[in-house]
Amino acid sequence: MTIAVSSAPGLPRSYAAPLVGLVSFIAFVLIVEALLRVGALNRFIIPLPSEIIVSFGRLFLEEHIVHRFLVTAGECLIAGVMVTLCGVTVGVLMQRFKLFQQACETWVAAFASAPLVLTYPLFMVIFGRNAWTIIMMGFLSALPPVILKTIEGISSTRKVLVDVGRSFKLTATQQFWKILFPAALPTIFVGVRLGLIFALINIVGTEFLINFGGLGQLINDLAERYDLAGTYAAICFVILVSIFFFIALEKGERWLRPVD
Amino acid sequence: MPPPVVSSDAILVADDIVVRFATPEGPITAVDNVSFQVRLGEFVSVIGPSGCGKSTLFNVIGGLLSQHDGIVKVAGETISGPHQSIGMVFQEESTFPWRTVTDNVAFPLELIGMPKAKRIERARYFIKMVGLDGFDNRYPGELSGGMRQRVSLARTLASEPKILLMDEPFAALDEQTRLLLGDKVLQIQQQLKQTTLLITHNITEAVQMSDRILVMTYRPGKLKRIVDIDLPRPRTSEIVSSEAFGRYVAQIWNDLREEASRGMLDEEKEVLSGHEGAR
Repeated sequence: MTIAVSSAPGLPRSYAAPLVGLVSFIAFVLIVEALLRVGALNRFIIPLPSEIIVSFGRLFLEEHIVHRFLVTAGECLIAGVMVTLCGVTVGVLMQRFKLFQQACETWVAAFASAPLVLTYPLFMVIFGRNAWTIIMMGFLSALPPVILKTIEGISSTRKVLVDVGRSFKLTATQQFWKILFPAALPTIFVGVRLGLIFALINIVGTEFLINFGGLGQLINDLAERYDLAGTYAAICFVILVSIFFFIALEKGERWLRPVD
Repeated sequence: MPPPVVSSDAILVADDIVVRFATPEGPITAVDNVSFQVRLGEFVSVIGPSGCGKSTLFNVIGGLLSQHDGIVKVAGETISGPHQSIGMVFQEESTFPWRTVTDNVAFPLELIGMPKAKRIERARYFIKMVGLDGFDNRYPGELSGGMRQRVSLARTLASEPKILLMDEPFAALDEQTRLLLGDKVLQIQQQLKQTTLLITHNITEAVQMSDRILVMTYRPGKLKRIVDIDLPRPRTSEIVSSEAFGRYVAQIWNDLREEASRGMLDEEKEVLSGHEGAR
C-alpha cells in the first residue's frame, strides 16, 4: 500500500508541518487518556489529560497564575538585562585582551556545562530567601553562552570588513561600533537567546527549590497539596510560556538578520 | 627594470617596493623592487600569475601592509598607512550585510559627519551611477554577487578618492557579468576621469580597460614589462572582438605564459614535497 503524504488542497504548505504537529500531539494526549482509563497507566502518578485541561481554569481563578507568571517574567527580565550587559561586556573584553581570553575561555565553557542550580544554598546564604537569589541563579546560568557567543561573533568577523574599515581610516572605537559589533550582533543574539532560555529554566527551578516567587513556587505548592492535575497543568503552562518565549526570541533574531 | 623617472603629473608613485614574509622554510620575497607611477586620470592594470604578489602590492599601496621596504607617494606625499586619497575595492564581497544599499554607500559620508539628508542624496547619485537605481532600500543579501560588487564600488566612489584601487573585483563573477561590469567601470572611470589602479589576473579585462598594463613575474613578483595599450576611447566590451585587441592579448599572454608555467611547476613541487613529508 502506498501512502501519499501531501498538504490538504488549498492549505498553504507553511501550515502543513504545524498542523501535523498539532494533530500528533492531540493523538498522543488521547492515547494517554485511553491508557489511563483502561488502567494500563497509574492514575495516582499521571492524572487524566482531560482533568489537567479542566484544572487550567482553576489555575487562573484560584491560583492567580497570571500574577505568578508576571513575577517569573519580571525576574527573567532583570536577569536578561543583567546578563546581556555583563555577558556582552565580558565577551568583548575577553576578545580584546587575548591573554584574558586564553586564560578564562575554558573556565567559562566549563561553567556552561556545570549544574549551577545546585549552588542555590550558597545564594540563599548571600541574598536570603528572596527574588535576588532567583535572579542571580538565572543570571549566572545565562552568562557563559552570552560570553562565548560574543567572543565567537567578534572573532569571526570577516577580515575583509575589517580591512574596509581600515581603508576608511576608522579609529579603534569606530571600528568596533561600526563594523565589529554589528557584524557580531546576530551571533551575540544567539548567545543571548540561549542564555535567556537557560535563565528561564534556572529561575523556575530555583523558585521551585526555595518555594518562593512565581511559577516554580506554584508548582511546588500544588505538588505539596498533591493536586496532581493542577501540578501537571502548571507544568504545561510553564512549557507553553517557554515555547512562546522561544518563538519570540527567534523572531527577534530574524529581525536582526534582515536577509541571510 | 630600471626605476622610471617620476613624471610631473604622477599622482601615485611606488618606488622600489620590497615585501618579505617569514615562513617556517625561511623568508620569502613576495614583491621585489617594484617601481611604477600612475598619472592623473590614467587607468593602469597590474597583471601576473597567481602567487606573483599582486594582492600584496594592493595591500602595500592601500596602506594595509606596513612592513615593507620602499616608498609609496600619493600626490607627492609619502604614505605609511591607509590614506583618504585612496579608495579600495576588494576582491572578496565586502558590503555590510546589516546596512541597506543606501546606508552602505553613505558609509564614508557618515564618517565625515555629512548631514543625513545630504548624504542620502549623495549616496543615491552614486547608486544611480553604478546602475542600481531602485535597489536603494534592499539589503546586500537580496542582491546578486555582481550587484554587491557594484555597491562596494559605489561606496568607494562616494568617498571621492583621488585614486581608485581595485583588487580583482570581478574575480568571483561569471564571464558575462564580468564583461558587463567591466563596461560599467570603464564608463564611470571615463565619466569621472578617475585615476584607477586595477589588480587582475585576467588579460582580457586588463586590455579592455587600461591605458597601461604592468606585467609581473611569478615569485618573487617583479615588473617584467610595461605595455602601453593604444586602443581608442571611449571603450566598451565590444572592443574585445577587434584585431588590435587580440594582438595585445597575445603579446601579454606571451609574457605571462612562461611565468604561469613556472607557477604551476612550483605548485606541483610544493604538493609533492608536502605529500612526501606527510609519509
